[in-house]
Amino acid sequence: MSNPTKQKSHIQFALNGEPAEVAFAPHKTLLEVLREDLGLMGTKHGCELGECGTCTVLVNGRAILSCLMLGLDAEGQAVKTIEGMAEGAQLHPLQETFADTGAAQCGYCTPGFLLVAEELLKKDPNPSRDVIKEALSGNLCRCTGYIKIYEAVELAAARMRGEEAELPRESVYGL
Amino acid sequence: MPKNGNNGKPLNVVGKPFRKVDARAKCTGQTKFADDIVLPRMLFCKILRSHLPHALIKNVDVSKALALPGVISIITGKDLPISYGILPVSQDELALCIDKVRFIGDPVAAVAAIDEDVAFDAMNLIEVEYEPLNTISSIEEAILIDDPLIHEYGDAGNVHKKVSLEFGNVEDGFALADLVREDTFFYEGNTHLPMEQHAAVGNFDPDNKLTLWSSTQTPHYVHRALAKVLELPASHIRVIATPNGGGFGGKSDPFNHEVVVCKLSMLTGRPVKVTLTREEVFYCHRGRHPVLMHVKTGVKKDGAITGMHFQTFLDGGAYGSYGVASTFYTGALQTVTYDVPRYKFQGLRAFTNKPPCGPKRGHGTPQPRFGLEVQIDKIAEELKLDPAAMRRANLVKPDTVTANYLRIGSMGLGKCLDKIVEGSGWTDKFSGWDQDNRKLPYGKGIGIACSSYICGAGLPIYWNNMPQSGVQLRLDRQGGVCVMCGSTDIGQGSDSILAYIVAEVLGIDPFDIRVITADTDLTPVDLGSYSSRVTLMTGNAAIQAAERARELLVMAVAEELKVPIENLSLAERRVFDVENPEVGVTFAKAVVLAESKFGTIGTVGSYSPPRSPGRYKGAGVGPSPAYSYSAAIAEVDVDPSTGIVVVERIWIAHDIGKSINPMLVMGQVEGSVYMGLGEVLMEEMVYRANRNVVHKFPSMLEYKSPTTMEMCDVKTYLIEDPDPNGPYGAKEVGQGPLLPVPPAVANAVYDAVGVRIDEVPITPEKVLKALREKAKGRDGRYGPTGIPSVEWPEPLRVLTPAEGGDGKEMPRVAVHS
Repeated sequence: MSNPTKQKSHIQFALNGEPAEVAFAPHKTLLEVLREDLGLMGTKHGCELGECGTCTVLVNGRAILSCLMLGLDAEGQAVKTIEGMAEGAQLHPLQETFADTGAAQCGYCTPGFLLVAEELLKKDPNPSRDVIKEALSGNLCRCTGYIKIYEAVELAAARMRGEEAELPRESVYGL
Repeated sequence: MPKNGNNGKPLNVVGKPFRKVDARAKCTGQTKFADDIVLPRMLFCKILRSHLPHALIKNVDVSKALALPGVISIITGKDLPISYGILPVSQDELALCIDKVRFIGDPVAAVAAIDEDVAFDAMNLIEVEYEPLNTISSIEEAILIDDPLIHEYGDAGNVHKKVSLEFGNVEDGFALADLVREDTFFYEGNTHLPMEQHAAVGNFDPDNKLTLWSSTQTPHYVHRALAKVLELPASHIRVIATPNGGGFGGKSDPFNHEVVVCKLSMLTGRPVKVTLTREEVFYCHRGRHPVLMHVKTGVKKDGAITGMHFQTFLDGGAYGSYGVASTFYTGALQTVTYDVPRYKFQGLRAFTNKPPCGPKRGHGTPQPRFGLEVQIDKIAEELKLDPAAMRRANLVKPDTVTANYLRIGSMGLGKCLDKIVEGSGWTDKFSGWDQDNRKLPYGKGIGIACSSYICGAGLPIYWNNMPQSGVQLRLDRQGGVCVMCGSTDIGQGSDSILAYIVAEVLGIDPFDIRVITADTDLTPVDLGSYSSRVTLMTGNAAIQAAERARELLVMAVAEELKVPIENLSLAERRVFDVENPEVGVTFAKAVVLAESKFGTIGTVGSYSPPRSPGRYKGAGVGPSPAYSYSAAIAEVDVDPSTGIVVVERIWIAHDIGKSINPMLVMGQVEGSVYMGLGEVLMEEMVYRANRNVVHKFPSMLEYKSPTTMEMCDVKTYLIEDPDPNGPYGAKEVGQGPLLPVPPAVANAVYDAVGVRIDEVPITPEKVLKALREKAKGRDGRYGPTGIPSVEWPEPLRVLTPAEGGDGKEMPRVAVHS
């Protein structure tokens, strides 16, 4: 049983490129620490059981489910959340294309998808549609049918490779 | 030509793929959902829910829980004794149960504590003494067993509602037919599964007024329910719908957790938050009703329908919710795709001890659409007709009234069919009902289905003569425009639609506009995001408000520039003389001129749907200002050794009337196809053990929904056939394109391997069973074999428009003549 006066644990880590420290009840997950103790509400939750991918963050560049990682295990690690994805006011190309293509409908799963896609494009700047599907298969979206998400990832990848790419006309207006 | 159009002028915003106004916030994690709200001194709420499906509550002891340090307040049913419900006819819910619980998950007590852990521990210290009752676990049991009763109201025993309507004489129709087919179908229940779990924060303000933030699709109805249950003046309650992290109909009822956090805040004087666990979201449910169907249809040799008798049996779960409307909807829209000159509908909704069913995307219509479209396919086979061509030949005509008095306006289904038939290469793929001369290899198949959906319900949920949607505009002298509307953005982009339409009329950029929505203190009433009503209704209200503002601007500018009013145009943030475009003023200057002339500039607009021609009892469900149309072809790969169905591609054409933003329309079509695919292949809200009332898997892992690996390729065609009632001709897209997907897949499975799966979802076991039956020389079919025997009330009879009817039911005496 929890005790409201229980002593908190304390960690230091890198959060979105800046040094951070935080004290929290030691049983808390990284998801809870980010949202409740650091006020970073961009990381969402859909199940808190590792089933939906919504709470994805990057730890040392790798996409992980923050609902399955203890906050204590973030000690000394580099954690990146959706709040750290843009460079200042300049959105990441993935954020631009997700916004421009309607890949974010309700937007609730969007932070998780964006971070998984960021990891993918770091490893593979020119992924095929099948590779994108495989990479995103751990994240559920109930709004889009994933198609606008694939298109947003492909468009961002092309732009990050320096190409002047736009969405195909049929993706915007239909066939 | 739409009444609300641009009078032939070129469109600058409407029809273009603008970003959504909230897209940047959603891609940077800055959108504030309900669970993201944190207030000083906020308490956390946990709700104790029944672990028994049906039981009397003998005693609730909260003393141990109250003694736990950090617990501030605990409430039970006696603290909230007033019942509520979304429909005036089924006010059967209590925020916390008092005398009995009716399903596993029914709320019993609620704790407010200083943090979520303490609230959780306290919840587990509450002692409830139950006396278990027998359960009602199925439609059949509800019909046969009336002891115990789940509710003390309803049409008979545990039957909540019986409906019986007849338009013309169906027996005459069957007598005229060359072929009469009878089939039974079953569509399993499934749930919305929004990614966001429901959350709410109640705050009883220092000024003695209550504010609720909640992930709700219907803040106006929640507002009404809170006023009733909490016995506060509605004027002292403010409901703010936070952006919904997915709704799909699952956040359309007033919920017990919303009432509970308000009450706890009133008692403690502190803000109180509740966030449901994923398991609790499964218990909230209000999802797709499981529906058993019997369909009897008579046709001529060319497939023309002569009469249809449709019977539906709905498993409603433990409460009314939208169920009466759902029941009518299972019979309402059969007549709006193919001409059905004589139509009889009988529907029954049962109470069972399961989470309550309600509206899910397509509300009550995907189930009968599945039965209808699969039966049409079987009819086409018996008549040796091409199922695409047979459908094409028997479509309802535009600008007509159906046998059940639904007024059809624009009707683009023929164009939809032409597009997908051509795009899919249908004629080169379809077996032509000849398995020996297949065009695709055995195991590969193609199937087709059509559908239609309403663009907003003709009537509000509670009877009134007021508009269904209101929009208010405020123009400030810096040139800013603020749009206020009660509509709720659930991800479909309704906030953006308001900005696009106002920007179009006023000649400014959508991103010049501030949109404030879904706040009962600040925004005029809009009934909510349900029944695919928002684009059509708020769109028309927004046009009216913006045109009124435009009128003030041009009057002031005409006076200043000394040009005739009719010469003035608004575009590119300017008001100018069309004959001499350099003569003009900036939009901001126009507002200054108007404000100088008229005072502060604010306008309103509102929308009420046209009156429906139906006057009979039950005519309230089905009428709509317009109907959208969809047609889909599915291509599948069925593995005969495993029964696994892979949907490779779906071609879908949707009659949108006019796209306000085509990219958002595409997103809604693709999302609808996805959700239909999940329903036809895997999603099922099913129960096990304990007479089948324990949820089988209230978790996202085991409630299977399509991932990227199951989602099919989608080829989308948008058909623009502007509707006179739509803003710029626009119709709905959020729900309709789901409807043809399940039957198209079922028909494709038949084409692929020659077995009929007359039941959704089409799982590998069902396909294998049907294949084995077929191999034994028996009927290669899996599905229900019969329907319960029911004493139906004498149908309410209505003469059809073709028979000279006036839309009213015939006097009862005429029935026995």
